[in-house]
Amino acid sequence: MKIGVLMKQVPDTETKIRIKDDASGIVVDGIKWVMNPYDEYAVEEALRIKEKKAGSTVTIISMGPKRSVETIRTGLAMGADSGILIDDPALEGADCYATAKALAKVMEPENFDLILCGKQAIDDDSAQVPQMVAEFLGMPQAMVIDKLVVSDDGKKATCYRRIEGGAKEVLEVDLPAIVAAEKGLNEPRYASLPGIMKAKSKPFKEINLGALGLKAEEVGAKGAKLKVKKYFLPAEKAPGKIIPGEPEDAARALVKMLREEAKVV
Amino acid sequence: MREPDFYLLDELLTPEERMVRDTVATFVEREFLPKVNEHFDKVSFPMELVPRMAELGIFGANLKGYGCAGMNDMSYGLIMQELERGDSGLRSFATVQGALSMFPIWAFGNEEQKQKWLPRMARGEALGAFGLTEPDFGSNPKAMRTRARKSGKKYILNGAKMWITNGTIAEIAVVWAQTEQGIRGFLVEKGTPGFTTHEIKQKYSLRCSITAELFFEDCEIPEENLLPGTKGLGSALACLDQARFGISFGSVGAAAACFICARDYALKRIQFGGKPIASHQLMQEKLADMLTEITKAQLVCFRLGRLKEAGKANWSQISLAKRSNLRMARDVARTAREILGAAGIVLDFPVIRHFTNLESVYTYEGTHDIHTLILGQAITGIPAFE
Repeated sequence: MKIGVLMKQVPDTETKIRIKDDASGIVVDGIKWVMNPYDEYAVEEALRIKEKKAGSTVTIISMGPKRSVETIRTGLAMGADSGILIDDPALEGADCYATAKALAKVMEPENFDLILCGKQAIDDDSAQVPQMVAEFLGMPQAMVIDKLVVSDDGKKATCYRRIEGGAKEVLEVDLPAIVAAEKGLNEPRYASLPGIMKAKSKPFKEINLGALGLKAEEVGAKGAKLKVKKYFLPAEKAPGKIIPGEPEDAARALVKMLREEAKVV
Repeated sequence: MREPDFYLLDELLTPEERMVRDTVATFVEREFLPKVNEHFDKVSFPMELVPRMAELGIFGANLKGYGCAGMNDMSYGLIMQELERGDSGLRSFATVQGALSMFPIWAFGNEEQKQKWLPRMARGEALGAFGLTEPDFGSNPKAMRTRARKSGKKYILNGAKMWITNGTIAEIAVVWAQTEQGIRGFLVEKGTPGFTTHEIKQKYSLRCSITAELFFEDCEIPEENLLPGTKGLGSALACLDQARFGISFGSVGAAAACFICARDYALKRIQFGGKPIASHQLMQEKLADMLTEITKAQLVCFRLGRLKEAGKANWSQISLAKRSNLRMARDVARTAREILGAAGIVLDFPVIRHFTNLESVYTYEGTHDIHTLILGQAITGIPAFE
């Protein structure tokens, strides 16, 4: 099988986010960049399918600035075979629509049998790119999947997702399709240290818009359907209140507060 | 980037070296730190992590061939740094497996010994131990009492070894003993009649690590278990060089963990005038001193790593790093403990754990004082050992 994995480089989840003075974005200096955790599940799942189906290949595709190379290399060190980075200054300010368009364009000629990705990136949390890529490529989509079974003949995939009320929904899609990973799909492996050394010599290409046959107006800030007006941090939470006393008295006090102060009951 | 990096040393590392370091750091954060206190409390090592560490390629990471990762020395040092940012016990485990058990087999063993042991040890299936120090002789190993007497096709081993990391869980111990040809190294397999071990439980440092005594009483070992390349005490000291190199990096990790904890604590702890204690000059001086000393130690490591890769690092240069960086780490841990006040003595924070661990690391692998004498000899040409 030929498997493509969409990957985004995001700030480490421990990062203390600071907003630029003009509120146009976040301060990126000193940020530690990592692979989007949901994309890690996608890479891991791709590698597991590859290990089961002889002759399979895994290609990691990312769009982002130059530094994204290091995160693609993490995927290669985990065991993926090749990487593609779409990197062009004109892509700055791309929204989900523009991003999906560029990603779809780069994947079109690859003829993947299966495309895996995370259900969302943990930086902007849009959770829209996978669906849009599926639309652009005219592929079936299965989103927020925590179990994936590819049929022996590689023609179908059975996808499991949790839905409201603790129930599971089971989807069957014809391949090629795009499947977006939810937490629980698997336990991602670490890049092994020898794998890190091998990653250096794996095929990797960088593509700009010209090579893709796209114009800046289509996919950059100008092609975006959504403009971010400003960034701001959420207001600091007020400290909680602990009600002292015996359970009965405390419950009474709590109800009183809910009624009189919070006015919710 | 791994904090602190005041002099942007990250820029001097290759992308692969950074990735190796960050991968090990992630492993430590996700899988080791959540359980460290439990093990520190009951004096044990998280054995379930051994296969995970092997999978990563941590054991004997800088050795070539035989299933080892074949990393460069800088990467190896950074692995040790990140393990010890977690806990000195975790790093000790890796040091003993790689630098002190696999390295002697790799450097002094014959092909058969290498094939038999190294791949299994790299996979973490066989653990090793290193028996040099004795109850009566630590700093002066030349005077060791353990003897191996040749008798037909066997050696008969008698003596005892003390403070042996992984001693009770090791399948194979590299044991140094006096012979008629001087000090030689032997492979002693667990279960050999006459070979017994005893775990040292009542210890208040390196509690995430297993420490033991080894006893040999007319312990017969086949002559093919002699490490043929070992020639005198120098062979044992070559192993220590490998270990000390990694420890020099490791101490930076432990110090960094203490510094970051103390800085974050000082920024949150409100005391006088509704301001964090970090706003006071006395606290700032402490933090400035810590950062300065850590930065210096990082520079020493960086240069030493590149020297070792080029085959130019000599033993006194390694001694300088071990001596200087451990003094630094011990001081930083102590200062961090002061900044945390009473919080500095409980396991809610990593400081007291590092603080007590570093007392061992300061002393093992050549005490601070012994490294002083090694440097003294390097400077003056006069050995002051005897």
